[in-house]
Amino acid sequence: MNIQGTAALITGASRGLGEALARALAARGVRLALVAREPDALEKVAREIREAGGVAHALPGDIGDKQAVYALAGTAARVVGPIDILVHNASTLGPVPLLPLGDTDCEDVSRALEVNVVGPFRLTKAVVGGMVLRRRGLVVLISSDAAVMPYAGWGAYGTSKAALEQMGRIWAAELDGTGVNVTIIDPGEMDTRMHADAMPDADRTQLSDPRRVALALAGEIERGLPSGQRVSVHI
Amino acid sequence: MIPARKPRPPERLLYIHEHGFSDRRAPDLPSLLQPGDLLVVNDAATLPGSLFADGGVEVRLVAERPDGSFRAVLFGAGDWRTPTEHRPPPPSLSPGDALTIGELHATVERVIRPRLMDLRFSESGAALWLALYRHGRPIQYSHLQAPLEVWDVQTRYGGRPWSAELPSAGRPLTFAVLENLRQRQVAVAALTHACGLSATGDEALDAALPLPERYDIPKATVDAVAQAARVIAVGTSAARALEGCARKHGRLVAGEDETDLVIDARHRLQIVDGLLTGLHDPMASHYQLLQAFAPLPLLELAYRHAEAQGYLGHEYGDGCLIL
Repeated sequence: MNIQGTAALITGASRGLGEALARALAARGVRLALVAREPDALEKVAREIREAGGVAHALPGDIGDKQAVYALAGTAARVVGPIDILVHNASTLGPVPLLPLGDTDCEDVSRALEVNVVGPFRLTKAVVGGMVLRRRGLVVLISSDAAVMPYAGWGAYGTSKAALEQMGRIWAAELDGTGVNVTIIDPGEMDTRMHADAMPDADRTQLSDPRRVALALAGEIERGLPSGQRVSVHI
Repeated sequence: MIPARKPRPPERLLYIHEHGFSDRRAPDLPSLLQPGDLLVVNDAATLPGSLFADGGVEVRLVAERPDGSFRAVLFGAGDWRTPTEHRPPPPSLSPGDALTIGELHATVERVIRPRLMDLRFSESGAALWLALYRHGRPIQYSHLQAPLEVWDVQTRYGGRPWSAELPSAGRPLTFAVLENLRQRQVAVAALTHACGLSATGDEALDAALPLPERYDIPKATVDAVAQAARVIAVGTSAARALEGCARKHGRLVAGEDETDLVIDARHRLQIVDGLLTGLHDPMASHYQLLQAFAPLPLLELAYRHAEAQGYLGHEYGDGCLIL
């Protein structure tokens, strides 16, 4: 996919992989609408991208909030044009520190599903129809090996990511032939705040740098990601 | 026509063709079209166009202007249950006067008529648009049972929020129908057209509707029209953009422009061969427009039939295909 001059919406763009992917795509000429809950951190990322000559707009918002979805989709289309690349990167771990499922509150499971599954569903629904008409588009779902492996303590998060992956495969099946691809990305274990929240005692030297993962992912997007597939981008 | 009283997908489709008319179901739309036909939709998302300022004045955004200001129609205090024509006029405003909407300030730049004016907001870009979505709601209709939410006024494929009201003719185009159209090799292409308001509560102003409206036709759509066997406009806004562009340039050209074209019985169609639309009051200007697509006696027969059969009208009513 020639991404120069396209428009992307990235959620969870104020830090970690989302921030790094924003910088990597901006450097390749992609206009960006960036979403995250923390307005100051998000605006800092957008401003630094603009200062480096890129196009980036900060759209503070909570992807788990139903009222926010059309506000984010409409505002994004207004400021960067119809969206060609939609990256669902925002997610919540659920209870921190991690807890066994039996100790997890029902509300924490609901919130994880709302942010990690229902939010991406709503935003995809608001954006993907236009991609179908233009016969071009890419939806990237950032997942985790916790979607596949039953790690103890990762119940809320792992369950939600497994649901997200299955939803992505079904979107891909339904959009087959339209020119719109839906791809699941497993970025591996990265040295991010989310990882520190989940595993504060991890050996950080064993974790990959999200900036390197983002560069690799940007390269994969340019080369073209296979629809309906789960792609590991491990550094 | 009885208005549909809540947001619902269209169920029935009144199919009007050169030999008469028949009753179809909305999901059967693809079977009424031929491979090589092209549907041109308006992919404008509907903006949250109704904002209440301090003091109870309602600001209805008509369209964003190229200079970043907004054309707006103002109403005096009242809510959506009051029909537009019964709403009191807004207080008298002059250039420089300000309205406060949440954290937004809007300054009156130009008063065109007592309730039609250009406003400039204190914010711009993403901050302005997020605030408009935060404080604005869709423009409401007094014939509905409950107020509309922002997701009630979107098509399946809306993108840029250019439209003051839902381009409702596109509601039959669900993902299932779009997939059936693709299987049948009926093409679908988009343009963006900034639908203005359907009513302002001011008789003189209503008589002048539709006001000039902005549109953007992508090159891919110009190419698709050139290759199409028949071009079916989805909604009067798509028809207005295509015909307005062709009238101005003699042919379809890609790009952004504004049109003041009013399609009526006298209009000779240059681009569009058919129309997918809703069912509206025969008194409305919409009915004048339909006469560019079918002779009046046939329209009258078909409309009387639809009324007798209990078809529902207005934004969330049933559909009508004229080929």
